[in-house]
Amino acid sequence: MSPHQGSDAPRSDVESIEMRMLLEAVYQHYGYDFRKYARGSLRRRLWRRADAEGVKTISGLQERVLHNPLAMDALLMDLSVNVTAMFRDPTFYVALREKVVPILRTYPFIRIWNAGCSTGEEVYSIAILLQEEGLLERARVYATDINERVLERADHGVIPLERMRAFTQNYQRAGGRSAFSEYYKADRDQARIDRSLLENVVFAHHNLVSDKSFNEFHLIICRNVMIYFDKELQDQVHELFYESLVNLGILALGNKESIRFSSVASCYEELDPEEKIYRRSE
Amino acid sequence: MRYDIVTIGSSWGGLAAIRSVLAGLPADFRPAVVIAQHRSSDSRDKGLAAYYDARCDLPVRTIEDKQPIEEGHVYFAPPDYHLLVDRGFFELSVDLRVQFARPSIDVLFESAVDAYGERVIGVVLTGANADGAAGLSCIHKNGGFTIVQNPATAEKPDMPLAALEAVKRPGAVLDLDEIPTYLTKLAGESS
Repeated sequence: MSPHQGSDAPRSDVESIEMRMLLEAVYQHYGYDFRKYARGSLRRRLWRRADAEGVKTISGLQERVLHNPLAMDALLMDLSVNVTAMFRDPTFYVALREKVVPILRTYPFIRIWNAGCSTGEEVYSIAILLQEEGLLERARVYATDINERVLERADHGVIPLERMRAFTQNYQRAGGRSAFSEYYKADRDQARIDRSLLENVVFAHHNLVSDKSFNEFHLIICRNVMIYFDKELQDQVHELFYESLVNLGILALGNKESIRFSSVASCYEELDPEEKIYRRSE
Repeated sequence: MRYDIVTIGSSWGGLAAIRSVLAGLPADFRPAVVIAQHRSSDSRDKGLAAYYDARCDLPVRTIEDKQPIEEGHVYFAPPDYHLLVDRGFFELSVDLRVQFARPSIDVLFESAVDAYGERVIGVVLTGANADGAAGLSCIHKNGGFTIVQNPATAEKPDMPLAALEAVKRPGAVLDLDEIPTYLTKLAGESS
């Protein structure tokens, strides 16, 4: 549709050069690799950090993060923390119950990987669902993230009470079978997730960009994480997931993420096309 | 100027306004039309696209991450995601709401400028907030064409007024029924 469409040539405007230099510098000095993140969100997040640091250019931000580890910490939070909610997209959890749980039931022991768990809202939701289906006891859920600090928070299991209450409606629409308040204890303005839900959850550091497969899973849930990656990195992570699934294992993506545009499209069957739940077919 | 993409932002009253705009675009309208309409986070996507698809000569599509942008197609930002434009394809994000909105019109407009520079047309329609003003200003400053719905005839004037505050002299201030003809003329000139 334009001279630009499909053009993979690197952009040569000053801002694009600055972005590439910053990401390269961060990678070489700190080891974090954001070089293949999707441009639009990455650019917004970099400028948000530049504004917060009071610098006028991306080059200015580069100087800050190279010479001040605290500025790098802040940038890392900005680039790696994805916002989520418990039972986000309730219909996804209905599909998980109706179409995936019956398959999981056939395994004596269930291994699940929640990749890019961020602050934990998704893995709490998965644990609640498994509990209600009587599967939590024989499941192990690996919740991984690139960011150690959010992992600690996720493991801590404390959420502002007000936020927790806002999830109640999601829980009900997701087909929840109890009172949502049974899963947490209110402590002043905080909600503490019931520890028994997290007994079979293992929080671990894993970098989808650079780390390898570490187990074989019956179910991998990775929702709205890969939307922040460019197409090349998405394909790379799809290869990783494919290798990390048992034969006939299940992959669940965010409901606007499609396997259609990826290199592994032909390796999966659709279990629920609407909710983007796929089953490894070979 | 050859325009590649028309980005439209609307909020309160937007569904009817968009219907008028889309219904007036001819089947050979060349630029892609991308719409950020504020709506409830749990509204379903498919119904909306199907509704407009039946009332417009251009194919109306929902969006998935990294989907290619095709000319002559109309696209809606999915509810509860930010929609960003890259060169030739879409990108989605679930980052925090911007000015209480997700999708944010500003996010869409600014990303369109990043991808297509001056070959962007931005349109701000009815709405009861100020989303789109910063984005339209960005389009304006980078040489794109800006259109604001006449606040006097908008169902909610706040959004057009905020846009006019940010862009003092937009390319055009138009009544709703003038917009499709105007867009068609702009798209025609550009080919």
